[in-house]
Amino acid sequence: MWEYTDKVKDHFLNPRNVGVIKDADGVGEVGSLACGDALKLTFKLDENQNIVDAKFQTFGCASAIASSSALTEMLKGLSLKEAEKITNDDIAKYLGDLPKEKMHCSVMGRDALQEAISSYRGETEKKIEGEIVCECFGVTDRQIEQVVKENQLTTIEDVTDYIKAGGGCGNCHEKIQEIIDLALGRERPVKKEPLKLTNIQKIKLVEETLEREIKPALKQDGGDIELIDVDGNTVLVKLRGTCATCTASEVTLKHYVEKKLQELVTPELRVEEA
Amino acid sequence: MDTIYVDNNATTRVAPEVLEEMLPYFGELYGNPSSMHAFGGNVGYKIKEARAKVASLIGATPEEIVFTSCGTESDSTAIRAALQSYPDKKHVVTTRVEHPAIKNLGELLSKNGYRVTFVPVDSRGTLDLDYLYNSLSEDTAVVSIMWANNESGMIFPIEEISREIKQRGIVFHTDAVQAVGKIPVDVDKTGVDMLSLSGHKIHSPKGIGVLYVRKGTKFSPFMIGGHQEDGRRGGTENVASIIGFGKAAELAAHRLTEYMVKVKKLRDKLEDEILARVPNVMINGDKDNRLPNTTSISFEYVEGESILLMMDQLGICASSGSACTSGSLEPSHVLRAMGVPFTAAHGSIRFSLSTYNTEEEIDFIIEKLPPIIERLRELSPFWQETAVAK
Repeated sequence: MWEYTDKVKDHFLNPRNVGVIKDADGVGEVGSLACGDALKLTFKLDENQNIVDAKFQTFGCASAIASSSALTEMLKGLSLKEAEKITNDDIAKYLGDLPKEKMHCSVMGRDALQEAISSYRGETEKKIEGEIVCECFGVTDRQIEQVVKENQLTTIEDVTDYIKAGGGCGNCHEKIQEIIDLALGRERPVKKEPLKLTNIQKIKLVEETLEREIKPALKQDGGDIELIDVDGNTVLVKLRGTCATCTASEVTLKHYVEKKLQELVTPELRVEEA
Repeated sequence: MDTIYVDNNATTRVAPEVLEEMLPYFGELYGNPSSMHAFGGNVGYKIKEARAKVASLIGATPEEIVFTSCGTESDSTAIRAALQSYPDKKHVVTTRVEHPAIKNLGELLSKNGYRVTFVPVDSRGTLDLDYLYNSLSEDTAVVSIMWANNESGMIFPIEEISREIKQRGIVFHTDAVQAVGKIPVDVDKTGVDMLSLSGHKIHSPKGIGVLYVRKGTKFSPFMIGGHQEDGRRGGTENVASIIGFGKAAELAAHRLTEYMVKVKKLRDKLEDEILARVPNVMINGDKDNRLPNTTSISFEYVEGESILLMMDQLGICASSGSACTSGSLEPSHVLRAMGVPFTAAHGSIRFSLSTYNTEEEIDFIIEKLPPIIERLRELSPFWQETAVAK
């Protein structure tokens, strides 16, 4: 059983503003039957671009219905500019918080709002932004990046809780981790003691990093890499598979392999092709 | 507000007769059944009695009954015992609709050097027997097929499957946790080698299970320890619960007909009335081949958790195969294996009755459920579209 706050229960059992505004200024529709939740949000503006009315229809669980109901209450009386600033966290806070696994319900509210505002401004074309990362739930890299930044998410599980990405087959987990790392500009939580590595330790760590981090990433594109030698701080490698013939292999070597090794082994390392 | 409990495949109430039988063993009769003195020995005697009652319920002999901590432990013990007994064989066969106790064990084994076949079911929930038999080989160590499914209530033809498996000299285990007490289960007639039972599904407490092990079946214990359970399961006995299980087994034997007639009648009434009163509803699984107490109903265009919580407001306890109730994002693996469309799986509700349910309770659900569905559909954007399209 989920631990819903009284406010969530209230908005679920007594949802406010159910329905569709016939001559709405903004319409946002997100989600689908297959995904398990969907929301249709409509709002009406007055001459000063203030939201005078907002209504919703939602298919989904209690927290999805409560988030939608809460959103419509929050919207009324706001100017379009103010409405634009509403985040999923604002919706969750309005409800006195949501269970972690249900945060995606608040994100759905935020997404519908953004879409409704875009539709009002005639920007319906740029509906899907970015590239699809999670194919199970059709989530793009831009969406993941946004939710990570807005909510300071740090793990793949967090991302799944907030936007569903990664909750199906799990094939995109690595990609999600990359987006998290990039978005937060942080280093992987790997023990890093760059000074005082003995030669043997260094070689072992280089080997491990290649196996664990670099090879799987290259293999996704049909490439591979082989460690030839470690001479002082110079790592000699050979690129294999599609990497061997790829014109961008120099870029891969310097910008990916070398960077990863510097980050995870020691910053002095240089990577060269044998 | 009264509680209307129609979630008996999840767990059942402890029968008052069972509780009464157990209470002295939480109190003054605290002896260890292994002790040499009569104070402990008398407890051992009660355990012997309980063992005989459980054996009698499934047509086994008392020596073939091993008490465990739950159905999951029984399942794990059975599979691991078979694999350890035939260390050269690396193939395991089970189904796509097993309880997580077997499903997740199978997935773990497949990552640890075993080949695991998950036999599919069709849209009615019927097992693909040809697929099952064709998957068998010299390398197959054990086949584990549930007797009845916890979500759809589907019953698998265990007697026929057992015959085929045994002909090939392969160990056959069945998870009969949902079947026992609801339909006739006879290990002698079916010839299964191992069978799992759980106490709390038949009105005894949680935390007690049984593994039936046919005499002559190669076995090695999962829990290593003392000589308890004839060396097949170490650890001091959960005395009170074992005694409770014995009593519950006795009651289950007496109430079997009631399950198959009275409970079935109530289930059918519930199902028929819901189908008659609510549009866009479907029953998941083959109606003619189910447990008498179970129905899995999908309400299109609404989501299961919402239905459950609305019913909860009225004291009605059921469960759902929807994604939201499980904490995962995908609906139940059983409904997906049956190919139930996501759109219907998300709105699936399972009612599972027991002999404690009354006609008044069923009437109450029949009266209260349709307005709940209607209300949630009014909230749903898809329902409006459908209504307009018609």
